[in-house]
Order: sequence, then structure tokens, then C-alpha cells
Amino acid sequence: MLQQVIFILMAIFTLGMALGTVTARNLFHAALFLVGTFAGVAVLYVLLEAEFLAVSQVVVYIGAIATLIIFAIMLSRSMMGKEAGAMNKQWLFAAGGSALLFIVLAMLLSKVPFATQVAPVPPDTIEQIGSSFVGVYVIPFEVASVLLLVALIGAIMLARERHG
Amino acid sequence: MLQQYGLIGMLALIALAFPFVVVGFTWLIRPKRPDPIKNSTYECGLETIGETWVQFRAQYYLFALIFVVFDIEAMFLFPFAVAFKQLGLFAVIEALLFVAMLAMGLIYAWRKQALEWQ
Amino acid sequence: MDLSSIDLRAIGAWFHGLLISSGMSQTGIHVIEALVGALLLLIFGLTLVIFLIWLERKLAGRIQDRLGPNRVGPYGLLQTVADALKLLTKEDVTPLDADRVPYNLAPGLAVFHVIMALAVIPFSNRVIGADINVGVLYLMAVGAIGSMAALMAGWASNNKYALIGGFRVVAQLLSYEIPLVLAMIIPVMVSGTMRMNGLAVAQGSIFGFGWFVWTLPLAFLIFFVASLAEGERAPFDLLEAESEIVAGYNIEYSGMKFAWFFLAFFMNSWVLAAIGTTIFFGGWQGPFVDQLPALGVIYFLGKTMILFFVQAWVRATFPRLRIDQMMSFCWKFLVPMALVLFAAVAIILKLNLPQPLEAITLLVANVAILLTGVTLLGRTQRKALYAPKRAFTPTIPRL
Repeated sequence: MLQQVIFILMAIFTLGMALGTVTARNLFHAALFLVGTFAGVAVLYVLLEAEFLAVSQVVVYIGAIATLIIFAIMLSRSMMGKEAGAMNKQWLFAAGGSALLFIVLAMLLSKVPFATQVAPVPPDTIEQIGSSFVGVYVIPFEVASVLLLVALIGAIMLARERHG
Repeated sequence: MLQQYGLIGMLALIALAFPFVVVGFTWLIRPKRPDPIKNSTYECGLETIGETWVQFRAQYYLFALIFVVFDIEAMFLFPFAVAFKQLGLFAVIEALLFVAMLAMGLIYAWRKQALEWQ
Repeated sequence: MDLSSIDLRAIGAWFHGLLISSGMSQTGIHVIEALVGALLLLIFGLTLVIFLIWLERKLAGRIQDRLGPNRVGPYGLLQTVADALKLLTKEDVTPLDADRVPYNLAPGLAVFHVIMALAVIPFSNRVIGADINVGVLYLMAVGAIGSMAALMAGWASNNKYALIGGFRVVAQLLSYEIPLVLAMIIPVMVSGTMRMNGLAVAQGSIFGFGWFVWTLPLAFLIFFVASLAEGERAPFDLLEAESEIVAGYNIEYSGMKFAWFFLAFFMNSWVLAAIGTTIFFGGWQGPFVDQLPALGVIYFLGKTMILFFVQAWVRATFPRLRIDQMMSFCWKFLVPMALVLFAAVAIILKLNLPQPLEAITLLVANVAILLTGVTLLGRTQRKALYAPKRAFTPTIPRL
């Protein structure tokens, strides 16, 4: 009962923050709304008893990605301080793209068989995640490291170009 | 399990509200004498020139990017470290390969002088 | 009086019984227990900070051959209380150009993140807010909120010093989070748990021989140096740097809002010391703790105070680093060493050596890696020192 109440409150909070992200005129405010959205999602993970996902959400998305976004905003002079308009020339394409994405997601969601029974969460989820990283999912695990390496090299290349 | 998070949730509510409650309380007792000079931006007595939000150096962004990569690496390594005791030697070598890949990234950044603060 | 009857668990059980006898629903009991626990943690944190500020000022005074606070109360103990009361009644100046909502939100978030960290600190075997499965990661997550608060304060003040300070905070906190976390992974790997209490329990052999600081001294050193940087302490206090950017990201804050940043700073230092105690110094472990569980709290607080003392000592003694030195020390020294140590420990643990031999091998590996690292560092620094000097170009560290 209490759990449902918290879920509904947090879902409303998350949606409100997401709405703020897309409607905020000031880009820094939009980034802060995004942080709020991430935090809300993290709480939803906790309610699903997915603690590892919840803390990863906060560490990676709030701690790293959001900071990166704010840095990016501060780096691009044209975006700062000024109130950016919510509309520009590409609004039609953007609306079309979003509508398409929405349709695809809605169709996917209507096809997914959602579990209606609550299965008990095993107590040692983190150990299971850890051993499947180097067990069943070893290929994606190693590919992730290659992906991270590529991201690192790409970042350095881009930053060097700026200097030169 | 959720019971443990009950305390954290409650603490979050209290810790979030408490500072604002105290600031609200001081609003009742503190003096309020605003003044355009007092409320101007503090720059050791000089008047501020130009905007504050100027373009910042790309260096900060680069370090943030390197940080993101290593942060995600750490997130992957934590569950591995928890499961470490039950893993075989081969699994450990796989994880070390993962670490080595990122160490290569660090070496690359080092060689390309991306870690230099210019 | 039978000392062994002093058990903090008993108080909890008594309180639980009291709630049940009042005929409340299960959910109601949980809510009230959570509320009481949270309030206790908050009160503990606030009282602690009052003491810590006094302690640090007194220590810095003594180390620098001054008296430190000595007027208000015995030994100046009430100085912080007086300061807090003064700050409560001070005018709160908000700069006209400030970005109001983030400006007012930032000090609250700074306090929020340190108080949240208290939730997973094991004061004793059973005295812990929430012994969650992901304790160490939770602390990382909470720390992420802290750097976000500093960034918000720096941005929203609309002040150049504040913005520079905010940027430096984030550059420093982010960079040093990596060695900090890598150093914390190693004890997690040895003990096989991320629970904060589990880490303390894993170091439970007699007379402190099981503490990870003995088998993993290098991991502790990396952790400690990184925690100085995470705690924004000297020699890593360049984000406040009074002489360069006046006070950093909190320059425009006054009155109670400034007090919140101040409180967050001191409590953050203590929390880092507490994490160090739990992970490397056996937490609440100590002699006779099995017979007398309440002793654990005393051991824990004592060890944490010693670590806090060392932090304050370092702060009162060392000069500030330059930003380029700070960044290269992290990325070119601490991170590579932490990565090598991680690999070495993983391999040694998988060799399945018998117990005393394994501990000795770990210790030897730690010392060897440390010595190699320091030698390499010394060599490169000396090379840089004797390198042919180019024509003098003033190297003003850019912002």
C-alpha cells in the first residue's frame, strides 16, 4: 500500500521533471531538471528492489553524464545564459521523429507480456550480476570495455582538434 | 529489503527538508536591508566587467569524459569484486582484460598529452 | 552492574516491543522506526559537526603555535555554538544577478548529501542506519550529489570566482573519485561484500591483525590521499583557495546558507574518515567487542577521530597544490598505481595460498608497487627539474 503511494508520487515527480527538461528555456535549468528525472528513476529502481541499478543510475547518470552535459553547455558559448527558444526551424522533423518513436515504443509495450505475479527478488543479486559479467555475458562485458576505450580515444581526438 | 530503504527514504525526506526549514526560520529573525551595492556581485570591491558565463576551456570537458569512462569501469568492477570469491581463474583473467583495455586508454591519453593541464 | 547488559540492540528491541504493544499496523511500525532512526542520525550529525569544527580549529591553532578558540566556554568548546547562533541571525544577501532557484537549492543539497552518507556507516555491529547490499556504491552515489551541489552553487551565484571554483570542484572531485573508488574495490574484492558492516566484520581476527590496512597498505594510502581531495582539504583545497579565488563556489553565500556549506565540508571530512575506518581499520572491531557490543561504538568513533585528526594535521601543515600538479598527481600516479594494485591483488588471491602466506604476499606486493611508483615518480620529476631550461615564459596557470 505504502509502496504504491510512493510509486505514484515518484512517477509524478519523474514525469514532472522530464516535462521541465523539455520545456525549460534556460539550458542549465533543463540540465538540472534532467538530474531530477534521473533521481526519480533511481527511486523507482529501489522500489523494484533493483538496488544495484538504482545506485548505478545515480553514480553514472547524475555523477557523470549530467556533469558532462553541464560542462558541454558551459563550453558552447552560444547556448549559455541566453534563454533558448523552445521552437526552431526543425520542429516539424523533431515532432515527426518523436511521434514515430512514440508509436514504436507504444507498439512494443503493448506486445510485451508483463508479469502480473511478483516473483521474490533473490538476496544475492549483485553476486549474480558479477558472476554473469565474466560468465554468460562475457562477450558483451569485453565489448563494453572496447566501447569505453573507443569513447576515450574519440574524446581525446576531438579535444585535440579543438586545440590545434 | 525495502525496509532498509525505508530508513534511507525517511532520512532523505528529513535531510532535504531540514536545511530549508532552518533557512526559513532564519528568515523570521534575520535583518532584511537590501541595498543595490550590497546585492551586487562580489568581486573584491571592483565592479564586475562582462558576463560571468563565459566560454570555458575544453580541458574540463576532456577530463569529464575520461572520468565518465573510468566511472563506468568502476561500476562494472564492483559486482565482479563482490562475486570474486566464487569465480575461477579464467573469469578473473577476463576481468583483468577488461581493466587492461581501459589502462590502455589511460596510456593513450597520457601519450597524447591529454592529461596535461595546459 | 553487569556491563555486558549494555547492549544497544536491547534498546531497539524494547522500542520495537513498545510499538507492537501499542497495537499499530506493521507499516506504521516501520514508518515510525525509520523516522526515529533518521532523526537520530540527523541529530548525531549536527552535534558531531559542532564538536568537529571546534576540534579542527583548536588543532590547527596548536599546530601553528596559536591558542585556537579559548574564550567561549571551557577550552572554547562553545565557540561553534556561538558561531552558529550568530550565523542564524545574519542577513542573507542574495546577489541580484543570481539564478535564484539553483542558488537557494545548492546549500540544501550540500547538507543533504553528507547526511545521507551517515545512513550506511556502521557505528557498531548492530548500530547502523541501513545495512544495504550496495553500501560502498551508495556512498559513491551520494558523493555524486555533492559535486552536483557545488556545481549548482558555482553556476547560480553568477560570480566569476564562484564559477571558477565550481569548475575546479568538479574537475577535482571527479578526478579523485576514480582512485578513491578503485582503492575501495580492492577490500570489497578481498571480503566479497559491499555491505559496510560486512566489510567491518570481514576484518574481525584478533587484535586487529585482520585489518585491511596491514595487508593492503597501498590501497589505504591511495584511499586516504584521494579522500583528502574529495573532502576538499589542503593540500587539495584549490577550489576554495582564499588567496586566488577568494572562497570558491560559496563566495556569494552568507548567513545560514554559508553555514550549510561549512557544515557539509566538516561532516564530509568526518564521513570520509568513517569510511576509511570501516574499510581499512576494522570499523567497530576491537578487543572484547564480542563480550561488550557497546564498546564497538567507542572503538569506531575513536578510530574515526584519529583519522580525522590526521586530516586536520595535513591541512594545517601542507601548502596548496597547483591545479596542473593536482590533476597529474591523480591521473599519472594514483590511478595507474590503483589499477596495477587491483590486478596484483586479484591474481594473488586466486593463487589460493595458505592464510599467513597470502597476507604476507599481499603486503609485499603492496609495498613493491608503492616503491616502484614512488621511484618512477622521483625519476621523472628529477628529469623535469634538470631539463634544459627554455627562455623564461611566465607560466600563469590558466583558469
